[in-house]
Parts: sequence; structure tokens; C-alpha cells
Amino acid sequence: MAEQMTGAEIVLRALADQGVEHLFGYPGGAVLPIYDALFQQDKVRHVLVRHEQGAGHAAEGYARSTGKPGVVLVTSGPGATNMVTPLTDALMDSVPLVCISGQVPTHLIGTDAFQEADTVGITRACTKHNFLVTDVNDLARILHEAFYVATTGRPGPVLVDVPKDVQFAIGTYVGPNQVEARRHLGYQPPRQGDPEAIRYAARMMAEAERPVFYTGGGVINAGPDASRLLRELVAATGFPVTSTLTGLGAYPASGDNWLGMLGMHGTYEANMVMHDADLIICVGARFDDRITGRTDAFSPGSRKIHIDVDPSSINKNIRVDLPIVGDAGQIMSEIQRVWREEGLRPRQELADWWTQIAKWRARKSLSYKKSDDVIMPQYAVQRLYELTRGRDSYVTTEVGQHQMWTAQYYGFDEPNRWMTSGGLGTMGYGLPSAVGVQVAHPGSLVVCVAGDASVLMNMQELSTAVQHNLPIKVFILNNQYMGMVRQWQQLLHGNRLSHSYTESLPDFVKLAEAYGAVGIRAETPGELDSAINEMIAVDRPVLFDCRVASLENCFPMIPSGKAHNEMLLADEANDEAVANAIGAAGRALV
Amino acid sequence: MSESALIPPASAYFLEDRHDPEERHTLSILVDNEPGVLARVIGLFSGRGYNIDSLTVSETEHDRHLSRITIVTTATRPVLTQIKNHLGRLVPVHRVNDLTELSLQRNDETSLERELALVKVTGTGDIRAEALRLADAFEAKVVDATSDHFIFQLTGRTAKVERFISVMKPVGLVEVCRTGVAALARGPEAM
Repeated sequence: MAEQMTGAEIVLRALADQGVEHLFGYPGGAVLPIYDALFQQDKVRHVLVRHEQGAGHAAEGYARSTGKPGVVLVTSGPGATNMVTPLTDALMDSVPLVCISGQVPTHLIGTDAFQEADTVGITRACTKHNFLVTDVNDLARILHEAFYVATTGRPGPVLVDVPKDVQFAIGTYVGPNQVEARRHLGYQPPRQGDPEAIRYAARMMAEAERPVFYTGGGVINAGPDASRLLRELVAATGFPVTSTLTGLGAYPASGDNWLGMLGMHGTYEANMVMHDADLIICVGARFDDRITGRTDAFSPGSRKIHIDVDPSSINKNIRVDLPIVGDAGQIMSEIQRVWREEGLRPRQELADWWTQIAKWRARKSLSYKKSDDVIMPQYAVQRLYELTRGRDSYVTTEVGQHQMWTAQYYGFDEPNRWMTSGGLGTMGYGLPSAVGVQVAHPGSLVVCVAGDASVLMNMQELSTAVQHNLPIKVFILNNQYMGMVRQWQQLLHGNRLSHSYTESLPDFVKLAEAYGAVGIRAETPGELDSAINEMIAVDRPVLFDCRVASLENCFPMIPSGKAHNEMLLADEANDEAVANAIGAAGRALV
Repeated sequence: MSESALIPPASAYFLEDRHDPEERHTLSILVDNEPGVLARVIGLFSGRGYNIDSLTVSETEHDRHLSRITIVTTATRPVLTQIKNHLGRLVPVHRVNDLTELSLQRNDETSLERELALVKVTGTGDIRAEALRLADAFEAKVVDATSDHFIFQLTGRTAKVERFISVMKPVGLVEVCRTGVAALARGPEAM
């Protein structure tokens, strides 16, 4: 029986039928009817943010920590344009988001009306797909399709632009199961990997002498089963495993076969293994430039298997020998089946490979100079890890040195526990993302490791955390610099620190108090542990001002334009080595 | 010897992609006919730095709301594969056919491609007669004329259209309008 209701009611009904419990948003003229409908129901809980960008990143944190789509509601014009950064971020990191934006009434579209923007035009390049709804009778179908597109295949953000007159108009509601004939019949995300290719892959693995699993965020996106299957596959083969930034936690950092993260700030052992491997099994990663370094010198002696749900990721940056397009979990489960059924075994040479790996590990590439006087940032992250270990905790970060240190020194043992802006590198991601994570996991410990510069980019969301009683812990590694910018200026620009020193930083403790949160400061290594314990114990939002060594740099590092075996290690990085690390060609690279 | 030994060892790298030879390919793209679909397709080309040499679009199946976009592009082989994969990823795209690849596989000499051009020339006396003679040789039709101008309509492959335009230059060419390439795969099968 078809039900009649207003467009605004259709929106809320569709969200409820999609199982949406939380919605991040900010009201405005062009979404008032939806906010009115929101007011008159109790199925969907709305989290009011302070800036639409905050809503977007909160929804991303929500999505990444739950595996469910994050949902955002914003108004037309500036509301929608403020969503451009989170939408782009979600597109780069394959995060399922559904953004509903208000639009001026259909008869005003194109007249430069108040708060009008060409939202579908602006967001076309930063969404997986977007829709402008011009008929209220299409609204329910489009919303259901938006959820379908956002969550299937390679996940991504989908925007639905709803003009105000469509929100007021009366139309027919159809439920998710009644939408049989989807409009876009051409959208058919791949699921099953080619069985022939899967058999080949298993045999290539059995032949390899120096294999490595190189895994990415795709494993986490493929669901908890995929992480379990990865662990089983690693156990069955005994191969070493490394991961990209976004893939951390799919294989546990405490696992025996873990090499640490790879890439620009990856461990020595992970990058050397990649360089010298004879077989790379890439699962749900995309050979990003932060991973490969110089592509013509990337793992020159290896055959490569690439498992990905997105065919356009195959052969994009690095040519692979065996692509398998489909769901990572399904493919890993099939590889295991073949491995078992054909009685395949890893080669004996694998033992020699592990002997070599032990030598690389002994290089201890994550060591750093300890200090009794000043808190080293690496030490701060290590202590944070040790003191939160064993707790039900989630970690988000902003972007910069602190992000890399967290990836290096905080051990993630489970998927969906680590939220960071990888592809887009969005400063300002971490604090609102923590808000979203805490909304999804009210009883858990949610820590945002931040830098003093990036935390200010969406600082206003602390107010959101206070309003909604979300006890997020913002752990600021305060070195008074945009640390990563400064590090690059040292490497590339003759140590001329152009505008990378933040003068007039706020007093973070007083700032916390001004927001109604708790401020804590630690200035010496001696007081760090008790301050962190105090932060964990407080059941309110905390800004933790951790004063760290101001000129520390992030190592190991593969300088731009260099290969994996040309890493710069902390103990070799004297001033001269740093100044000459990047050649003329590398300077043009990011 | 196991089966997988058939896969060549160690990937060969594109040391410098831009040194690969570029090829000109005609792509036929079947899309849902809905607002913004053309913007999605051309936005993909401009956003990722691909070339569009020619673009033709029109609704071709009214009942199923399907349009056909024909794009001629010039790119290296790896980039052509990227283009096709990225197009295939767009939600309203049903199918992407590389007609050039198809005709190569079938050993057809060329794929079936046609352009229509309208060519306006002005002039009187000998030059006018010469324009008409040349148009005849190209089997162009006169579709509009006064005592001092002709508009010719010409259909053919891109190369023929270009030749015709270049021979019309000395005999009073004023302006040209071209449709861009329309193309279908040869043989009885539909896309």
C-alpha cells in the first residue's frame, strides 16, 4: 500500500528504513522542512555540529568505526560547499557517506537565488554519484539508491540535493524493498573474483621465495570477515604482512608476521621487504605514490597480484601481473580454499626470507633519541598506547607528523579502530571524526591525536562534543610548528621556515575551559603518565596540551623521488643528509 | 612445470609513461539519458587530463532512456585502459565499447565511423565554379545557395572531411560546422 507524505517526511522515513540511527547536520533555510520532520519523530537522532565540514568528518568517523554509512544533512549554498572537503576526503578513502543537502525551490534554480549554489555541479567531481531530486515521487527511490551506491562496490560518498518545494510537496513513499527496478541498471559492482585467476594466485604464492602481503583500507572496507580471512591466510602461508596507513588493524600489530606500515614513513623492514620481494600480494590497496616512492624503482624483481573491487585501480600506477577484481573477503576465502584443496605449501626458502627480515628488523628503524627533560613526540604516542592498551579504544588523527607517529607507534590490533585522513590528507579531520566515533560508541575511549596546527582547523567541534556529552580526548602533540611543513622546508627549501611556525597559539587548557571541556597540560616526561591517566579517567571532553620537542622530525622517510631502499633513517639524518636528501627531480614532487 | 609459470616473471615498468606511443581510439558509451550525465563523462576527461578529439551525443533508445556518447580520444595504451575503467565506474554508464580495439581484434581494416560537415563558401565567377567542381568530386551535396554562396553537406570519415575543408580554403571557405564522429561496430551484434 503506497503511503502519501511530504518530501520532508519521506526523507526521515527513508533514513529510518535504511537503519540510520544518527544524523550529523546543521539547519538552514533550505532544509527547514526536513528539520521540522526531524523534530516530530524519534527514530533518527540528530547531532548538531558547529560547521558543516565538522558534520562531514564526524559522519566519516562514524562510518569507518562502524562499517555503516555516515549520514549528513546540510542546507543549500554554503552548507553544501562546506561539505566539499569531507566529500572529497570520503571519495579518496572510500568511506560510505550519504549527504542530503537542501536546495532552493526548483523554480528559483538558476536565478542566483539566496543561498543558491550549483551543488550537484560542484560535488560531481567529489562524490561517487549525486542526484538532484526534481519530483517528490522520485525522492524515496533516489534515497534508497543513494545508500545502495554509497555502500556497495568501492564505497564512497553520495549526495542527494533536495529543493525546498520538493520537501513540502506530497508524494508516494516506497520502501527499500519495493525499489525493485533501480533506475541505474548499469551500476553493477563486481563481487566474485575470477576463479581461474584465484587458482593462479594460490599457485604463485606457493612458488614464491620472498613473498609479502601488502594490504590496504580495502580489507577494512570489505568488513570484519575480510580482516579475519587475511589473518587466516597469513597464518596458513606464513608470509610477512605490511599495510598502508588506512589499512592498519586489519592484521594485528602484535601479530608475529607484522612488518609495520610501509611507504614514505614506513618501517625499514616493510620497505626493504617490498623492494626485494619476488611476490607482492596486494589486497585492497592502490599503489599510491606515498607507498611506491619512485615507480620505476618500485619492487623491481617481483610479480604482483592485485586484489581490488575497483577495476580502475588496477594498473593505474604500477603494472601488475595478475589482477583479480572483486570483494577482498570473497577472494581471500577462495584463495584459502584452493590452498587447502590443492595441498599447497610455502616454499622452504621462506625461512631464509624471514632470516633476512630479522636482519632488517634489527636495524630498529623506529628508534629515536630519548630525553629526560623534554617529551619526545614518539614517546608521548608510545605512552598513550601503553596506557590505553587493553581498553575498548578508538583513535583518530589530524594530518601531519603526529599522524605518522601515531601510525608508527600506536599498535592497532583490530580493524575499524583507526580513523585518519589518508588520501586527501585533510587537516581538521581528527577532532570532528572523533565526535562521530564517540556518537557510535558512547562507552568507548575515543582519542584524537592531533597537532597544534591542525586541531585549530575544526576546533569549534569541541563545542559539539560538550553539547552531546561526548567525552572525546584530544591529545595534542604541541610543538608550535606545522611540523610536517617544517620538515619539508628543511629537506627542500634550505631550512627557510616560511610561515610554518604558529605564533599566538591559544592556551589550550584555557580554551578547553572556555568550551566547558577539561584542559590538561604535560610539559615533562615525568608528569606524562599521570596526566594521560587523568585524561582517560575524566568522563568529559578533554583537550590535552602535550608539549613536545619542537624540532623533532618524522623518520624513517623515503624522500620524494627516491626508491624504497633509499630511506633516510633517524640515526643517519644529520643536517647534511637532510639538506641533500631530495634531488632536483624530487623537488617538484609533493 | 606449474601453470602459473606461464605468467611472465617480474613486471616490466613504464619508465616514462609519456614515451609510450599514443593511439587514437573511438569509444562508444551507452549511458542513462538523465540530466548531468554528459557533464559526468566530460568532467572525468578534463579532471584526469584525458584528451577529447571529438564528442557526439544523442538519445538513441527513447523507451529505455538510453543515450550513446561517442568519444574519439588520443592516449597511450595504459591510459586508454584507465579511461575505459573510469568510465565504467560512473553510475549511469551501462557499457563502454572501444570500437578501434574491436575492429583491430576482428581484423577489420577500420571501424565504421562517419562525420557530417556543413561547409559554407562564398565567391563569384571562376572560383565559384571551381568550388562546385571540387564538391562534386567529394560527392558533397549543395543544401543552400545564392548567387554568391554555397553551403555543402558532406558525409564521410574524419580524414575525408578534413581534406574537403582544406581544398575549400582557396575557393572561398567562410565557415564550417561538424557533427563529430558517429560510429558503430561492424557486424550484426549490438553493443
